[in-house]
Amino acid sequence: MQVPILKQGSYLIASIQSALTDADLVQLRESLVEQVGRYRSRGVIVDVTALDVMDSFASRILRDIATMIKLRGAETVIVGIDPDVALAMVRLGLNLEGVATSLDLEEGLAFLDARTKSERRR
Amino acid sequence: MSDEPTALAKLATQVTATFLTELVTHLRQNRTQLREEWVHRITDAQLLTAMSREEIFAEATSVYDSYVEAVETGTVEALQAYARNLSERIIPRGVETNEVVGIVLLLRDVLARSLFAKYHGDVGVLNRVLDAYEPAANRIAITVAVGFVQQRERVIREQQEAIRLLSTPVLQVRERLLILPMIGLIDPQRARQLTEQLLRGIRTNRAKVVVIDVTGVAALDASVANHLVQTVDAARLLGATVIVTGLSPEIAQTLVNIGVDLARMTTVGDLQGGIEEAERLLGYTVVSLKEAPPTA
Amino acid sequence: MEPASAPDVRVPVASDIDIVSARQQGRALAMRLGFSSSDATIVATAISELARNIVLYAKRGEIILAAVVNSEHRGLLIMACDDGDGIADIRQALQDGYSTSGRMGVGLPGVKRLMDEFEISSTVGKGTIVSVKKWGR
Repeated sequence: MQVPILKQGSYLIASIQSALTDADLVQLRESLVEQVGRYRSRGVIVDVTALDVMDSFASRILRDIATMIKLRGAETVIVGIDPDVALAMVRLGLNLEGVATSLDLEEGLAFLDARTKSERRR
Repeated sequence: MSDEPTALAKLATQVTATFLTELVTHLRQNRTQLREEWVHRITDAQLLTAMSREEIFAEATSVYDSYVEAVETGTVEALQAYARNLSERIIPRGVETNEVVGIVLLLRDVLARSLFAKYHGDVGVLNRVLDAYEPAANRIAITVAVGFVQQRERVIREQQEAIRLLSTPVLQVRERLLILPMIGLIDPQRARQLTEQLLRGIRTNRAKVVVIDVTGVAALDASVANHLVQTVDAARLLGATVIVTGLSPEIAQTLVNIGVDLARMTTVGDLQGGIEEAERLLGYTVVSLKEAPPTA
Repeated sequence: MEPASAPDVRVPVASDIDIVSARQQGRALAMRLGFSSSDATIVATAISELARNIVLYAKRGEIILAAVVNSEHRGLLIMACDDGDGIADIRQALQDGYSTSGRMGVGLPGVKRLMDEFEISSTVGKGTIVSVKKWGR
């Protein structure tokens, strides 16, 4: 199932609608990397609000996304992790280290604004 | 546990089949006066003071009948179910364990004495009847007492649970800032609960910084510390930074020595310092709390 | 271990789609057993990991879900069975950080941390059964 990716200014917003299979996650990674290149986006938000479970595979893909997108000069932020999912994740031993996380879309956008602004100053 | 009624029934069958029948018949025939006597003894012993005489009588009737049935059938399931049901009703009335054990023993005595009275002329028969009666009576006493205690423990646990949930330890001091003072003994269950409440609080209040103060934690061992680390990680996944305060250098060192990864958390000495750091992170101008005039 | 009266739920696992199906069924069963949403999510997460191990290393297997009871609580038994190559060194597989070759990722140690009870038996060349339980509160 395709994850819808919206372009909002210089950002891309990927909204996960439901439980994703491994293949869907890989597809998402590829789409995002491709589109960041195509649109020269400055930031990517992956909204996982509707993701039922964050397991080791999903966690790895999200880290991949952040890494690969960073290589293209853009920032990634994951938003909408459910408290229960967060708890299960940390007990499992996953913590998305190195990947920025924000509470929701609004916070995610604020985060990207702050990051891209400070980037531009350099 | 499931073997005992069979053993009990077997014993009764082996030794005293006819005596059992005779015993049960006696208990049923004399139901009215034996029950009356029992209720007398209960009030004399000042047990079940939380209940009225009518209530005691009503319960006594049910208990008596269940008792006799248990003696007759050798099984206690029905009695167990009744004991649980009775416990559920009387525990909110403030009935204590010693009262429940007391009344069951009184019933056992009342019935035993009536057996003595009936069979005193023939020691042989008396012994046979008591052989039938005693194991059953003892088993019943234990069943009722244990049932009551288990129910009571369950009620106490539920009450403690309710209190924990009501006490909402997560405080919102300012916008986007939450404080969680951890106090007292933190067992794994309480730790889990606090973490869940904190995470929900982060989401509801859209908190960006959380100060967790552990000054009041009674025994900060590796288990609590690991829960703390998990809480910090989980909070970060919700976009909040956690500052831990109240961790003395000694305790911190001890925890590090046993392998707790404290590097994952920001620590500040005391709560005040932690709040100031939090406000700094949130972009507020820091004014020393000691100098500022009291705010509403 | 006494299964409660509800019948077992058996989910065949052969592809990544089955991983999602198995964990969704696990969550549903956990909720029916009265688990908190927090514990139901933990159950779903563990099933996801176990099912993925089957897909990655055994190609094919099944997840069995059964309601269980003890004297105090109702619980959920999850068994992940496969006829894959088996695990040669279980002790190593249960060590944190064990990855790369063999069953990898956060895998078994992580699942063990999530669940209340954990058992594993494996025979090289025959297959593996991981059996875990989560009790409601």
